[in-house]
Formats: sequence, C-alpha cells, structure tokens
Amino acid sequence: MADPIERIRTAITSDKIVIFMKGNRNFPQCGFSAATVEVFEELGAPYATVDVLADQEVRDAVKTYSNWPTIPQVFINGKFIGGCDIVRELHSSGELQTLVKAALGESAHQ
Amino acid sequence: MARYSGELMEAQEIKQMIECGLPGAHVEVRDFTGGGDHFEALVVSESFEGKGLVERHQAVYGALGDAMKARIHALTLKVMTPSQYQNRR
Repeated sequence: MADPIERIRTAITSDKIVIFMKGNRNFPQCGFSAATVEVFEELGAPYATVDVLADQEVRDAVKTYSNWPTIPQVFINGKFIGGCDIVRELHSSGELQTLVKAALGESAHQ
Repeated sequence: MARYSGELMEAQEIKQMIECGLPGAHVEVRDFTGGGDHFEALVVSESFEGKGLVERHQAVYGALGDAMKARIHALTLKVMTPSQYQNRR
C-alpha cells in the first residue's frame, strides 16, 4: 500500500472536494464531521470523503500534511481549505459557494 | 466520550497559552460543555491583519503546541483583527 502521504495526495487529486472525516456521510462519528458534511449537502455540491477512523496512518499524516491538528479537514482542488469552523464561516459569508463554483467550473446547483 | 492521553485543560490555561504565543492579543476562552474537553475561544490580534482564516487558526494552534494534539479534543475559534472586533460589536 502507498505510504499515507501518497494516499492523501491521491485522494485530494481524485476529487474536486474531499472531506477527511470521522465516519462517512451517512454515519458521521463526530459532531464536527457531521456539521462539515451538512454544509456541502446544503450546497448540493458533489464531494468525496475519507474515513480517518478506518486509516490511522492517514489520520495522523493528514494533520502534518496540512499543518492542522484536528479532523475534519476539507480540501478543494487539492488545496487545504480548513476545518469545521472555517468551512462554516466561509459558508455564512458566501465565500465557500464561490470556491465550490470555481472548483466545479459550473454553477453549483442549489 | 473517549479518554484523552493527557489530563484535561482549564479555560484559563488555554487563555494563557494563547496570550503567550500571541503577545498583546485579546483572548476569551469558554468551556463549551463544562466537560473540560470542548472549548470556544475568541482571539483578537493585530498579527492577524492581512492573514486568511487558515493562517490565523494555525497561529493559535501554534501557540497551543502539543496541548492541541493530546489534551484538547475540540476548540472552536473566532479569530479577528482589532478593527473586525470593533465593528463586530
């Protein structure tokens, strides 16, 4: 199996929007992960998830990779955007929708 | 709730660590759940001027160092410059 950093790079370049979270979109295992998924559900934007509870190596490596100590972590177009607070703050200011639209290259449907 | 490897922290301790790491910052910390593992912090610092949200949060996490890894399960942050804080009220 590729080393964790490679697995992270593959994940964040395989989809435009990637959420490293605890659990998955249907069974989030932590309130912050659930709230982050909820934001993208509201935007109606397609996103992929990586369950860090199923991959302890990635769980640790992603914190070093993005220099961010907590989970969830959101990447858009391979770039680290933030954790739950920042995603919610960007969502309330409308900046997140702009980022998502630019990443998807078309209007994110409501 | 899972036990954490270090003992839990007090809001006051977190406040001091952030003030140490960001000299001159106005810091308010509140224990969100009363359980000592989920805190909410407001940090107002001139050093945030011209910095995006990620950088601001990373500066606060930097001030907290290892405590952030082992002893703080959840920390919700509000990070502003003094002018943002003035306009916010």
